[in-house]
Amino acid sequence: MKIGVPKEIFPGEKRAALTPDSALQLQKLGYHCFVETGAGLGAGFSDDVYRSAGVEIVPTSEALWALSDVIAKVRPPELGEIGRLAAGQTLISFFYPAQNKESLEQARDRGANVIAIDMVPRISRAQKMDALSSMANIVGYRAVIEAGNNFGRFFTGQVTAAGKVPPARVLVIGAGVAGLAAIGTATSLGAITYAFDVRPEVAEQIESMGAEFVYLDFADQSQDGAATGGYAAPSSPEFREKQLEKFRELAPQIDIVITTALIPGRDAPKLWLADMVAAMKPGSVIIDLAAERGGNCDLTIADQRVVSDNGVIVVGYTDFPSRMAAQASTLYATNVRHMLTDLTPAKDGVIVHNMEDDVIRGATVTYQGEITYPPPPPKVKAIAAQKPKEKAKELTPEEKRAQEIAAFKAQTKNQGILLAGGTALLLLVGVYAPASFMSHFVVFMLACFVGFQVIWNVSHSLHTPLMSVTNAVSGIVILGALLQIGSGNWLVVTLAALSVLIATVNIVGGFLVTRRMLAMFQKS
Amino acid sequence: MIIGIVSAAYIAAAVLFILSLGGLSGQESSKRAVWYGIVGMALAVIGTVLGPGIGNWFIILLMIAGGAVLGTFVASRVQMTEMPQLVAALHSFVGLAAVFIGFNAHIEAAGVAMLDGTGKDALSGFAGILAHKTPVELAIMNVEVFLGVFIGAVTFTGSIVAFGKLAGKVDGKAKKLPGGHFLNAGSAIFSLILLVMYVNGEGAWTLILMTALAFFIGYHLIMGIGGADMPVVVSMLNSYSGWAAAAIGFTLGNDLLIVIGALVGSSGAILSYIMCKAMNRSFVSVILGGFGATTGPQMEIIGEQIAIDAEGVAAALNEADSVVIVPGYGMAVAQAQQAVSELTRKLRAAGKNVRFAIHPVAGRLPGHMNVLLAEAKVPYDIVLEMDEINDDFHETDVVIVIGSNDIVNPAAQEDPNSPIAGMPVLEVWKAKQVFVSKRGQGTGYSGIENPLFYKENTRMYYGDAKKSVSDLLPIVV
Repeated sequence: MKIGVPKEIFPGEKRAALTPDSALQLQKLGYHCFVETGAGLGAGFSDDVYRSAGVEIVPTSEALWALSDVIAKVRPPELGEIGRLAAGQTLISFFYPAQNKESLEQARDRGANVIAIDMVPRISRAQKMDALSSMANIVGYRAVIEAGNNFGRFFTGQVTAAGKVPPARVLVIGAGVAGLAAIGTATSLGAITYAFDVRPEVAEQIESMGAEFVYLDFADQSQDGAATGGYAAPSSPEFREKQLEKFRELAPQIDIVITTALIPGRDAPKLWLADMVAAMKPGSVIIDLAAERGGNCDLTIADQRVVSDNGVIVVGYTDFPSRMAAQASTLYATNVRHMLTDLTPAKDGVIVHNMEDDVIRGATVTYQGEITYPPPPPKVKAIAAQKPKEKAKELTPEEKRAQEIAAFKAQTKNQGILLAGGTALLLLVGVYAPASFMSHFVVFMLACFVGFQVIWNVSHSLHTPLMSVTNAVSGIVILGALLQIGSGNWLVVTLAALSVLIATVNIVGGFLVTRRMLAMFQKS
Repeated sequence: MIIGIVSAAYIAAAVLFILSLGGLSGQESSKRAVWYGIVGMALAVIGTVLGPGIGNWFIILLMIAGGAVLGTFVASRVQMTEMPQLVAALHSFVGLAAVFIGFNAHIEAAGVAMLDGTGKDALSGFAGILAHKTPVELAIMNVEVFLGVFIGAVTFTGSIVAFGKLAGKVDGKAKKLPGGHFLNAGSAIFSLILLVMYVNGEGAWTLILMTALAFFIGYHLIMGIGGADMPVVVSMLNSYSGWAAAAIGFTLGNDLLIVIGALVGSSGAILSYIMCKAMNRSFVSVILGGFGATTGPQMEIIGEQIAIDAEGVAAALNEADSVVIVPGYGMAVAQAQQAVSELTRKLRAAGKNVRFAIHPVAGRLPGHMNVLLAEAKVPYDIVLEMDEINDDFHETDVVIVIGSNDIVNPAAQEDPNSPIAGMPVLEVWKAKQVFVSKRGQGTGYSGIENPLFYKENTRMYYGDAKKSVSDLLPIVV
């Protein structure tokens, strides 16, 4: 089958849904790849580069749409583009079906099968095609770079001969993929980074990226991210009040604010209000990553950089991925390729649109003349529901005491039985054995007892030295040989002499080796 | 008066030996502990030599000097990785000495029995003690001689086989003659019959025949135990050599021998017990050899082993904050400990948290890995036991498994039909990434397939451990 990639017609969009690398991979799956001329220019891929990867260049977009069985693109198709879709044709692209009802209905009327890459469910298996995450990663990184570009100071604090520079303080609101990427970038540039999210369970992720989680003192803070597929849900008015109060408190000390708060299928919540902007120092920067949906900041104007009355720069660009078109295209093309890999189980270049598959079903929004959005909930749950932390049961003092007493009693009983049994056994031996034997036997039993008591305390790492010491010590049989060597019998003398020899080897060898071993143990 | 001094020396020696073993409870005090042992031994030997009834000074001096030279030679030449073999080989000496001494006791007893009253009074030394024994005491002594020789003989051949297996001179696989444990049991029962005959005065042939049987038991018993269980075997033989010494102590009426024999015997027994517990195996099943019978088929492993090259491992290490290294016998075989130590030093210098996770049965001796790492100057406070580190794996970025297999096998927890089911293992698969340095795709000593190698976060880093780790050195931070 033929995969076609048209040039993006959205103004300023530089990404491409196919790269020469991904084209090579797709050809291995049995597909023929076509691109409209100039489709990759914005991302730095010329027609020639595509050609050398075996991709055919099509001069016009009409021809491309007409010849392709599968269309892969980046931006949601505009109405004109949807008009070109043919029945049975497959479209893979961002689609945002919730916001684009009209496009959805049109696509259905054309009979095309539309796979919205933004609808890929958030399960582990589908991560390789999760274009939202791979784009958000770029957005987060670029947001910090863009902030640095507008910010007049260093990120990292420095003490130089020319004076002291304080470190930049960065606040990231919303710790999704973009937020976490921004935290990582800002931290590695040396800024002091704070982060806030309505989902308390991401505190751990925030801290793992090196930022400080801004805690709210709010009783009912338990939003369960798992219930909403890992995304945030709208919060209660009381919670919002508390949150804004916290931001107001932070605003004067923060140099850079990066807001990424989005709730799926809704306008962006207003979190950074005009009075907070007014409270910030001149030269501070606000990067509003939610600008496309109205922005988190009151002052944000989409796709523009505005400067407030008090000199705070508010950046509302919506084309961050496009600003890093080469990187974004590489990642997006890989996501698309993974999607096609799943759609081509036989690797024969024929699409099998398996609506039983959780991932494919979830991403498909129109199929064979039907709107299949919204999808049924996936069979595999996105994230395991947060287990409530198991609290060690607090025992009351009485219970503790009762337990201790019970344990003590059990121990006493065990020891008592052992002692009684042992004594009885010894008595039995004592009745029959002669006195001289008994005196040795007592010594023997005591030594066994001492041995047991002593060895339990030997630390694990010293077991080899212990063995080699006991080995050396067991050379004590030399005493036996020494006692016999004075005999008049030549055979006895010979055997005893041999015994002395090998026992000495054992003693000397054992101790020397142990010393060598122990000498090596050292503290750092 | 002399006897009093000898007794005092013995008491001092016994106390020193106890202090010596007790001192091994800590790394620092252990250095003192060895000296206690050495002084104790010197006291014991000198006390005995100066005591009553000792002759043939020249032979004693010659033999002790010869033995000391040989011992020094062996101890200074041995590689730290060959430690298990050495310990096993030394055990065989104790066993053989016990056999000789037992035979001597028999010869002396036979000689004394032929003398009349006046002749007996004239005897000195060991023979003198023998001469004044009552018939009941003599019967008991016969049992002691018999036991001492039996245990000594089993220790002797058993240690030699264990040495062969550890040194790779004998195939490590469990091997049994047809008849298996019935041969062992039969020999043991026959030895028991011989014991009864010997006590009833049947003569030397019963003792010699029993010795032959005991040699066979030692050989066959240890041959039937797989290489993976050798740590237990070595500590068990250690225990036997102690009991043999104690039995001889009874024969000769020497309390110091009894005390030290009992100390060594019980320490070996406890070590064996600790190790069996670490493998979740009963002592009996280890001794009977091989793994216990399993019920039902083992889980099939899905997935494939994915290889990775040095650059990939180095990149992951450079990014990681916390690294845990799990060494195993493969590290000892490849002599990779120096390279591992160098890698550790570099990673720590880069501010990463590097730790070692040691499974109780890693290697072929208890504490084997600790010794090797100590030799390579890895600080011992970053070398942790299984229980100390097992809960930390889920927050570890990179785990490097160097030449260990069964001790990181998740089948022990996941597959109830696995032969090692229930054995505590290091849960390395919980870490973000696992690299396994391994020679090839073969299975470990136990011959069990390891699902860890097929896990999604596992990459196989094939090659000789020493070369593999050395390749990493120039490209990590």
